[in-house]
Amino acid sequence: MAISLSRRGFLMRGTLGTAAVTVGLPFLDCFLDTNGTALAATLGGGALPVRFGTWFWGCGMIPERWTPKAVGEQFDLPPQLAPLAAHRKDISIVSGHGVALDGKSNVPHISGNIGFRTGTPMDNWQQIAGPTFDVPIADAIGSGSLYRSLELAADGDPRTTYSYRSATVVNASVPTALDLYHKVFGADFHDPNAAGFTPDPAVMVRRSVLSGITEQRRRLQGMLGAADKARVDQYFTAIREVEGKLALQLQKPPPAAACRVPDKPRELQPNADVAQRRENHRAMAELLAMALACNQTRVFNMAFSIASSDLRQAGEPTAYHQATHEEMIDRTLGYQPAVDRFATLSMEALAEFIAAMAAVPEGDGRLLDNMLIVAHSDVSFAKLHVLTGIPCVFAGKAGGRIRTGLHVTGTDQPASRIALTAQQAMGLSVDTWGTDSMRTNRPITELIAS
Amino acid sequence: MSLRQCIMAWSRLALLAGLTLVAGVVPSTEPQVARATDIAAPRATVSAMRRLTEAQYRSMIADVFGADIKVTGRFEPEIRMQGMLAASARTAGLTATTIENYEAMARIVAAQVIDPEHRARLVGCEPGPGDPVGRACAIAFFDRVGLRLYRRPLQPDERQLLVSSSLAAASRLGSFHQGLAAGLTAALIDLPVLFQVDHYVADPARPGSRTLDGWSRAARLSFLLWNTAPDEALLAAARSGALMSDAGLAAQVDRLLASPRFRDSGRAFFDDFLQLDGLASLSKDALLYPAFRAGVPAAAREQTLRTIAQLLYVEQGDYRTIFTSRRVAMNRTLSPLYRLPFPGHDWAMVDLPADDAHAGLMSQVGFLALHSHPGRTSPTLRGKAIREILLCEEVPTPPANVNFAIVQDTTNPQFKTTRERLSAHLDDEECASCHKRTDGIGLTFERFDGAGQYRTNENGEAIDTSGVFDKAPVADPVELGRAVGQSAKAAQCLVRSAYRFAAGRPLEATDQPFLARRDADFAASGYRIAPLFRAIVLDRDFFADPNGAVAGGPGRLARRR
Repeated sequence: MAISLSRRGFLMRGTLGTAAVTVGLPFLDCFLDTNGTALAATLGGGALPVRFGTWFWGCGMIPERWTPKAVGEQFDLPPQLAPLAAHRKDISIVSGHGVALDGKSNVPHISGNIGFRTGTPMDNWQQIAGPTFDVPIADAIGSGSLYRSLELAADGDPRTTYSYRSATVVNASVPTALDLYHKVFGADFHDPNAAGFTPDPAVMVRRSVLSGITEQRRRLQGMLGAADKARVDQYFTAIREVEGKLALQLQKPPPAAACRVPDKPRELQPNADVAQRRENHRAMAELLAMALACNQTRVFNMAFSIASSDLRQAGEPTAYHQATHEEMIDRTLGYQPAVDRFATLSMEALAEFIAAMAAVPEGDGRLLDNMLIVAHSDVSFAKLHVLTGIPCVFAGKAGGRIRTGLHVTGTDQPASRIALTAQQAMGLSVDTWGTDSMRTNRPITELIAS
Repeated sequence: MSLRQCIMAWSRLALLAGLTLVAGVVPSTEPQVARATDIAAPRATVSAMRRLTEAQYRSMIADVFGADIKVTGRFEPEIRMQGMLAASARTAGLTATTIENYEAMARIVAAQVIDPEHRARLVGCEPGPGDPVGRACAIAFFDRVGLRLYRRPLQPDERQLLVSSSLAAASRLGSFHQGLAAGLTAALIDLPVLFQVDHYVADPARPGSRTLDGWSRAARLSFLLWNTAPDEALLAAARSGALMSDAGLAAQVDRLLASPRFRDSGRAFFDDFLQLDGLASLSKDALLYPAFRAGVPAAAREQTLRTIAQLLYVEQGDYRTIFTSRRVAMNRTLSPLYRLPFPGHDWAMVDLPADDAHAGLMSQVGFLALHSHPGRTSPTLRGKAIREILLCEEVPTPPANVNFAIVQDTTNPQFKTTRERLSAHLDDEECASCHKRTDGIGLTFERFDGAGQYRTNENGEAIDTSGVFDKAPVADPVELGRAVGQSAKAAQCLVRSAYRFAAGRPLEATDQPFLARRDADFAASGYRIAPLFRAIVLDRDFFADPNGAVAGGPGRLARRR
């Protein structure tokens, strides 16, 4: 088999001194067997692939209403976590892990999210030092499926995404359930459980055409400056990925017992209204569950709300974000009641998402058992944009690699430990993550199943 | 190869990469990221590749194949840099999803071009006795279409690839036209089609310097001034060499500026400059603002663009008038929000009464609603938008630990209005430094609610519209519009934004002499838009190789194609 090094720039994160560096390394085709499942099968799921995803909500929580007091298996569920009670055995709560700024500014709702996802807080996404932690995971486990990863924005805005390969390469989101349906279950979809399979000659032609373009344009690389070479390389990589997808479409997909082709959802116009947001989110979660069960993707990033959460209740002039800053602390209750309600609603949405994954039977268990979902926010106490103890929930056992039913805490621990833990659980050979005070080589061992 | 062998091979590559790192060379394929903390960072190399925008791609397809050929699909969002989407056109990256979307759209376009309804007009030939497999037909098709899509003649190997791909596909699919569609799909996602690729040659007027060649000039002029690919006349000027002479260049520029299609460029520029794309995802609380129906944001965007097109492009008026003019394009959807009867036909230009509160761009529904919260106004957001968008000033982000204790109590009878609540910020020195700059102008619009509708009181209290702009008191939005429009900063901001749009990159310190010349041109022309763009493109520096000015000179640059 030929090993192509020039057209396939996949990212491996390494370190040089204290600075994170990004190294282009090819992802070799030989990682994939003819069904594209060989690598995934080595990741702990046995015959079933392990999936990974993030779930994001904005504006954090009220610490005394969210953080369990008890640590370990006997953890309590404070009011804002109560919506997750039905999934208590399937989740682990991670508290006390945050973002250290090392003298950098705390740009509200941005620094914390960037720091959580890249291990290096910055003032804006166009300055990030490296990829978000979902990207190397997708490069490692997502390549054998039709979509390396699916980015989903429940707010209906394709610009809402927190998945970045670099400062200029952004993974844009699918904004609605209907868009997701057309993308995954549209004309290119092959039911893995269908009886027969005939390769489509039109797909063969499409693949051949893409290959021709790549060969023709490869000559450009030697004629361009460094910045343009990088962009041409991105172009080649993108073309190659699409070619790979077409190659998969020319093979009979392996059977997926849990796969049930979903019905087409109705068209929704999601906006900041929390009821409409949740409806779009639920529909997207159910479609995503089937996209995972049908082996269309293994990695996803769901944004339930933007970092400075835009959620609002119909008829109320003050939305969630404004409320975090402006709402008086109720002297009787001891907290901001509207903020508390929105934070709890966000956890209700997370519970619905987890339920959608748990509802799909797979093998001897459920789809959720073969997943790791890392849910997190951008801040802890939004009123003051606090970056210590950014709330995080792990859901799913990752094919037996992650322990659930725990509350793990720490004191001013770097959230980069969470990203490192997730990457190692997904089988990546990465031993450090983050820079400066956020640099760590210590995964959260309590979460890793022995 | 077994998976174990594969992993070992990959590990060897990782080791090689590690050794490279030790040697001090980072073989990253990622663009270098400028950091705010860099001190005297070397000037970045300007990319020779500029990605076409969605509007440009759509216009190009319509121009080449006809307006009835639909481009169906979703383009990925662009990245805003220095306030402009256009400024990221030379740096924004590509993902597989980007290419997948382009490929899907290309297939849809190609399928329409060869369908029985269009093939006679758009293909114009087919296999026959003298051309049994259709090779001659395919060559003729790609020579004709390729010139328009690639904005230059196809090179022999490019043509060969498209033709041979088409014929091979035709053989496999059993259809000449289906094969041609496959080849056309390839062309529509080819890199020189998706990107403007600058090609430089020696500049005869400046020995030792390099300038854009004629084909690249044609593309840059057309995408800038018409927001689409060059027409046949412009391509002919490129072919003849006319675009390389001052007189020939000026003649083509004047032709483009005189065309109604210059308004297409105006729409693209002002849509980007005013950040009207935000209206695409804008929604308001339906219970609080029932008149702000689903169609309002799109109509408000169209209103602003049509009003500007009429005032600045059709009538060629003074840019500063858009801050004060009561002439506005109106349609059935928007007229209730302005408390006006429907003008009879959509998008008629109407003259608002002389005492109407709406006067100028900043009091149009689009601007007011876009810079408000879903359920209420925001003088701070409105003031910030005026500062950042219209005056190109930077408003710092608020401190993370901002203290709202003073203004939290919205039920406090002491603070009935937004003005009263916000004024409390000014008692806090840290807050006041920014809020004085934003709220002093934003509060003048308080008689417009969060949907941009006129009101006279808030919670039963009469609304005070007085404000301060750059230390000068203003009584209301009309006075503020006049003051903003007359400020030198507004004109300079327009010039700088126009240049970002034209160059497709953020501004750099080395642009200052060029911009100073444009400031003078703009004022001398009476602040007219067409003369500004004419001066930009006719300045010899506009076509010069931007990397020729850096240390090392043009000789160090790689040849581009």
